[in-house]
Amino acid sequence: MEHENCRHLLGSLSDFLDGSLEADLCAEIERHLAECENCRIVVDSLNKTVYLYHTTSQGVSVPEDVRERLFRRLNLDDYMDS
Amino acid sequence: MNSRREAQQLSLEALQSGDRAEFARLVEAYNAVIYRLAVKMMGDPQDAEDVLQETFLKAYRHLKDFGGRSSISTWLYRIATNEALMLLRRKRDIVSLDESLETEEGEQEPLQIVDWCCLPEEELVSAEAKKHLDQAIQGLPPNLRVVFVLRDIQGLSTQEVSEVLNLSETAVKTRLSRARLRLRQDLTDYFGGRPNLPADSKKGKLS
Repeated sequence: MEHENCRHLLGSLSDFLDGSLEADLCAEIERHLAECENCRIVVDSLNKTVYLYHTTSQGVSVPEDVRERLFRRLNLDDYMDS
Repeated sequence: MNSRREAQQLSLEALQSGDRAEFARLVEAYNAVIYRLAVKMMGDPQDAEDVLQETFLKAYRHLKDFGGRSSISTWLYRIATNEALMLLRRKRDIVSLDESLETEEGEQEPLQIVDWCCLPEEELVSAEAKKHLDQAIQGLPPNLRVVFVLRDIQGLSTQEVSEVLNLSETAVKTRLSRARLRLRQDLTDYFGGRPNLPADSKKGKLS
């Protein structure tokens, strides 16, 4: 099912997800989504993409050896365990 | 930003007068966020470590010039993103933060429509999937990657990203949109090929 304005709305989907779109454009997208399954899937998978990157990145921490070398490089060895 | 509370407790006066203990507290407060930014930008642990060290070395050297017009975290992010982009450029990536928006908008990528959101969470965040997520980020041009990392991974606001990168908020939003759509397409290619997706998940293309 192809809709002429699918492509046209694409550039606004990111702002739509962030809730930072002007009200009338937002309403236009909502109307379109109600009748276009393809675009609903694009919006859902776009949302999921952002979510996955956010959740999987929260666990990144500084390895102990990297931290030690950083403090040493900055001549802050004395403060390492403060 | 993530470490705003720590930042408020830091004394700019002490930092600028060369107080080592205060600088150690600054490093303590921000090394984790800067490292995460560096890892996601560089995709290589050694390069990320270089960016981390250079960021704090430069910060120490230039603290005297910090006018306090932006927050310390914005200032540190600015140093770190410059370091990362410079290192990427040195590694022969083509980086231009002023890349014409025309080419960005003129591009028409096929949009694959596969409903992969129904896959179980443990499959979406498996070690293998995480590795693919990281590879996909590295496939983005650095000028899009940096916006995505600051906004969606580090959680900065559009306004904060525009301050860090010295770009208009409109430019930040345009780049973020392009980065997200590209990553979505990449993940759709990846997760869309999963054998346990229901047969009716594949819907075709939006072209």
